[in-house]
Amino acid sequence: MIFFLETLIGGLLAGTMYSLVAIGFVLIFKASGVFNFAQGAMLLFSALTFVSLQEHGIPFLQSLLLTVVVIVIGAVAIERAVLRPLMNRSQITLFMATLGLSFILEGLAQGLMGAEVRALDLGIEDTPLMLGEVMVSQFDLVAASTAAVLVTVLALLFNKTHIGISLRAVADDTRAALSIGINLNRIWQIVWAVAGCAGLVAGLLWGARQGVQFSLSLVVLKALPVLIIGGFTSIGGAIVGGLIVGAAENLAEVYVGPSIGGGITPWFAYFLALVFLHVRPAGLFGERAIERV
Amino acid sequence: MSSLARPAVAPEALLAVHDIEVIYDDAILAVAGVSLNVNKGAIVALLGANGAGKSTTLKAISGLVTADRARVSRGSIHFLGKDTAGVAPNQLARQGIVHVLEGRHVFSQLTVEENLRSGGFLRRLGRRELERDLERIYAWFPRLKTKRKTQAGLTSGGEQQMLAIGRALMTRPTLVLLDEPSMGLAPIIVEEIFEIVADLNRRESVSFLVAEQNINVALRHAHQGYVLDTGRIVLSGTAQELLQHGGLHEYYLGGKAGEAVPATRAE
Repeated sequence: MIFFLETLIGGLLAGTMYSLVAIGFVLIFKASGVFNFAQGAMLLFSALTFVSLQEHGIPFLQSLLLTVVVIVIGAVAIERAVLRPLMNRSQITLFMATLGLSFILEGLAQGLMGAEVRALDLGIEDTPLMLGEVMVSQFDLVAASTAAVLVTVLALLFNKTHIGISLRAVADDTRAALSIGINLNRIWQIVWAVAGCAGLVAGLLWGARQGVQFSLSLVVLKALPVLIIGGFTSIGGAIVGGLIVGAAENLAEVYVGPSIGGGITPWFAYFLALVFLHVRPAGLFGERAIERV
Repeated sequence: MSSLARPAVAPEALLAVHDIEVIYDDAILAVAGVSLNVNKGAIVALLGANGAGKSTTLKAISGLVTADRARVSRGSIHFLGKDTAGVAPNQLARQGIVHVLEGRHVFSQLTVEENLRSGGFLRRLGRRELERDLERIYAWFPRLKTKRKTQAGLTSGGEQQMLAIGRALMTRPTLVLLDEPSMGLAPIIVEEIFEIVADLNRRESVSFLVAEQNINVALRHAHQGYVLDTGRIVLSGTAQELLQHGGLHEYYLGGKAGEAVPATRAE
């Protein structure tokens, strides 16, 4: 029983790492209907920026702030140079634009800051912790708390501030938002900046775990099943989707893995996502349009 | 609410649309040669059948044509004496033109109150001012107050129309472009909405340009009217003149399309 609990809790906590990545996608998808393929590249770019600043001897907090500044500038530049000229184009056009953007960002990041693997130390010890009789990873606990804080901050932003209500208004009905004077370009800049910051948080945690390098941009591929399961339009969905994927992966590896030769972690999430596509294509928390009949 | 009874002083042009042509996707001509005027403090009806170009004309005025991949390819639009060509819709909203879209377009996932608040954002109001403006809207539409915490998508059609108008009023507009407010609503609700529009016009001197298929109700509350047919103005005059004009209904059946009709102008 204790072993089962450990496997489950370990999986759930690891899942929040996926959620962190997925949140960035949800933000941009909600506000502009674009599946931002460049989210992984943004994650790599921001983590690399942070590590490079640290290597130059800049203290933690200053490095973090400077990285956020770089992200905001980047978001404004992306909106101006990529999104605005393509406004009102089809979704596939915008998707292809973000695909191109991801390669540019990855190339730029590695060209400017180097392609070698960099160690990132956030000062979190990865020693196991005993909660009662259950062993938990301390690092995972920190990651989960970070996700919780991030979600709380975003929830407050979305529900209590003018910017948040404007964001939701744009997500709901772009034309109506325009008609009452909401500045769409400004909203997009803010959303990309916020998504970039969410990417930074995810990038730092993933970077601390597996080193900051090119492969960091590939964690987005793990966010896809999370989004399919949780729904593309819900931050809560991203969290729950991440938890489900994390727990399912861990449990499947331990209990199903041995009977089919093991090594099912890399693909089990996608299998789960396929099942969800059949049963619940909008995801668990995907917004279905409210319509009066 | 101050009751500003506007005397019939020399009418000033609030909006002057001159001979505009609107093309969608660089290929489809939706409006060809529409000219119209809205004077300060007036309610002007823009009448016509489905597809006559009413919505496109309104979108050209509010700048929202650009969001539909269309553009004004000829002619000019002046609001308060200034040419609006190339001005973004959110800037026009700031200058005082607000567009209530056909089919309401409330933010269905937001609550009624959040919808209203969103209309006040462009003026960057302080908390207290925003509350005061909300109460002002609730005074006009008491029904909205009882539903303030309800998700807008779950309210009735009439309530959504009131909400869309209320949200637009939160921008404190000079000119409201109201597209087909009667669509899909019971006659009694339509009447109620037009009464409120006329009242708003009288007491707060907000001007309205109302696109409608429902000729009768529109002309009973409007001062002036224009009739659109296949992208052209075919008739114009005071509401009284248009009501008495026998052939008005013909345009809805397409009977007189193409025929030369003397446009009576009374300004």
